[in-house]
Amino acid sequence: MKVKYFAWVRERVGKAEETIEPPATVRTVEELIAWLSGQSEAYAYAFEKPKVIRAAIDHAHVKSDAAIAGAREIAFFPPMTGG
Amino acid sequence: MTFPVTAFPATACPVTIRIQQDDFDIAREIAVLTGSRTDIGAVVSFSGICRADEDSAKIAALTLEHYPDMAEEEIRRHADEAISRWPLNGVTVIHRVGRFMPGQNIVLVLTASQHRQAAFQAAEFLMDYLKTNAPFWKKEESATGTGWVEAQARDDEAAARWTRP
Repeated sequence: MKVKYFAWVRERVGKAEETIEPPATVRTVEELIAWLSGQSEAYAYAFEKPKVIRAAIDHAHVKSDAAIAGAREIAFFPPMTGG
Repeated sequence: MTFPVTAFPATACPVTIRIQQDDFDIAREIAVLTGSRTDIGAVVSFSGICRADEDSAKIAALTLEHYPDMAEEEIRRHADEAISRWPLNGVTVIHRVGRFMPGQNIVLVLTASQHRQAAFQAAEFLMDYLKTNAPFWKKEESATGTGWVEAQARDDEAAARWTRP
């Protein structure tokens, strides 16, 4: 699946997007955050406060317990500050 | 020969959503929205403008980042929600991205209706949801450096007002 990062999450991860293949045991958004956090210090820093992180699956907001099965694109970003 | 009973069945509420770097011309956008229609009795216009200071700190510039694929879809969902709640005759949302200096336009919301109440409320609803749910992020440049703008609890509270019971 494709993963995208925005704002300070993007800066901390060090890339805007990538393709990942998490193991089948990773089923939800929060489990994906935990799995990514274990991949490197950069991810651990980006996701150090997982409750602050917002997520979207295929361009729609989701909660942290949302299933990631079948997702084409998952995005992680801070609370929005547009307008 | 028969004539349609309602004058604007298919085009009753046209929605225009644009995300762009270029500035917008409010008068021109209102003219596009109303056109030659005579069923519109009220147009509310809200413009969000880059401020020169935030909590007494001087801002030199703001940079707006966005999630291109999602931003337009998310704004459209809010526009559809507004149309389902109020009798609107037109909605325009233009959000700029890029780097802005104090005084420059950032966002425009136009709502048109037969009467002012629906137009006022829908514009406020759209702005409250844009602030908290549309995927845009502001980065501030000031004398002390640059940093991402933090989301404000008051914006969440403003959006929560519109949650249906």
